[in-house]
Amino acid sequence: MTTTTSETASSNTADSPPRLEVSGLTVTFGGLTALDDVSFTVADGEIVALIGPNGAGKTTVFNAVCGLVRTRRGEVRVGGVPAPSSTTGLLGAGVSRTLQGLGLFEHLTVLENVLVPLTSVGASTSTSVDTAQEVLGALGLSALAAVPAGTLPYPERKRVALARALVTRPRLLLLDEPAGGLGATDIDQLAQTVRTVSDGGCAVLLVEHHVDFVMDVADRVVVLDFGHVIACGTPDEVRRDPAVEEAYLGVPVSAGGALGREERS
Amino acid sequence: MERLVFLLSTGLARGAVLALFALSLVIVYRAARAVNFAQAAMAIVPVYVAFAVTAASGSYWFGLASALVVGALLGAVVERWLLRLVPQDNPLPGIIVAIGLVMVLQAGLAIAFGPDHRPVHAPFSQRPFEIAGVGVLSPYDLFVLVVAAVVMGALAILFNRTTIGLQLRAAAFAPETSRLLGVRVPRMVTLGWMLSIATAALAALLLVPTGLGLDPHAADVLFVNAFAAAVIGGLDSPVGALVAGLVVGVLASLVTGYASAATAPLAVLALLTVVLLVRPHGLFAAREARTA
Repeated sequence: MTTTTSETASSNTADSPPRLEVSGLTVTFGGLTALDDVSFTVADGEIVALIGPNGAGKTTVFNAVCGLVRTRRGEVRVGGVPAPSSTTGLLGAGVSRTLQGLGLFEHLTVLENVLVPLTSVGASTSTSVDTAQEVLGALGLSALAAVPAGTLPYPERKRVALARALVTRPRLLLLDEPAGGLGATDIDQLAQTVRTVSDGGCAVLLVEHHVDFVMDVADRVVVLDFGHVIACGTPDEVRRDPAVEEAYLGVPVSAGGALGREERS
Repeated sequence: MERLVFLLSTGLARGAVLALFALSLVIVYRAARAVNFAQAAMAIVPVYVAFAVTAASGSYWFGLASALVVGALLGAVVERWLLRLVPQDNPLPGIIVAIGLVMVLQAGLAIAFGPDHRPVHAPFSQRPFEIAGVGVLSPYDLFVLVVAAVVMGALAILFNRTTIGLQLRAAAFAPETSRLLGVRVPRMVTLGWMLSIATAALAALLLVPTGLGLDPHAADVLFVNAFAAAVIGGLDSPVGALVAGLVVGVLASLVTGYASAATAPLAVLALLTVVLLVRPHGLFAAREARTA
């Protein structure tokens, strides 16, 4: 099941295993190969961005990490052990994610939304409320705690979704397009939050279309195209990589804005 | 005037039972996203058990407790080992299975206990108190009101103030998202059925002494009126079920007193029609979009 570590883009420190290690991951849907031999790691406190055109397989990586799709070959390890396949197992292993459609409970209050993941990790009610309030405070949502989530404007809803992912104090945070649909001010604030989370030792893997945000916040960037990793490195290295430029139809990545062939999903 | 006071107060007591039964329909609707057409038959089975336990032990309270326990068990058994096996992609198979279940349960009760009415004694007097010569609630009516209020209060606390309640609400409205956040959705569906059938059994148990007695169809009319009340209230809304249950109870009581008992169901259906014409989603329906 394991592949040679030489092709794994590793930023491992010392002997502790990386928080997330994806090695030789291959996923097929019928005859279509969605991911082909994808390998990368995310260390504790590191922010790694997955970029690539639509259909490149970014969300499939997330789903494979979360055990939501069957992998054909390869392995996902979290904290050195094979990733649990159940949602509760993943929460127990300190993995938490945001969903592409946000998936807020529209009729529940902001506070209740943030409390739901805590109910499944068996925290006591009073501790849960304290933890939830703390996270809401950190994201500037305290004043909205009692408001039904469905009534909020989009940027606030995105922050609620982020708060819901953070409330379990994850060791590995998966963010699906956290900057999508946000304005410049909200994106700055988001970058700040993501950095704070990673400074606290949490490994962050994010899928993102917004290149400026990625280049600003990521320690390393993994570029996917048609299910292959075509480049991996620091934002600067990736920006200069000829393969990346070619994949994006010759448009220099540093031009900013959304990458080449993409549209908003 | 005396008559109006009497009819209003009796209507409230009947309405409390209706509200309780309507609430049970709302709970199961939230859990299963379907109206349970077997609710009356499933509610009356535990009442038979309560009747037998009371007869054997001499205690009404043992009977009441056994109705709650058997109701919860029956809810769990029917959900896990019957309805979960039915295709879920459209509601029709579930409805047909529910109707089949009604026939099996009611025929089974008739075979086991006979189809006749069995007189059931109330634990308290049913003679109305008189205030200034006007008959109002009987001690039993008061008991019914208190029990209904306590159960509704307990359910409100369970749903709104506890961890399990939050999981029940989350799973009811967005099962897929709840699952991704670690909520054990199938367990929540089972729990919803248990709460629902126990509540329905209690409502049926409270109703039986005020009617003709216990027979396999004793809760059928209760189901029809409570279903009307639940739809009027919005099917999704516990508050709606409570308010509409009381309104339907009082309306039926007034129409029975001033016109005739035969007219009361027509009045309830007329009210249902008017509400559905004016507000098709019911009076208290949640406006928010449901997400997957």
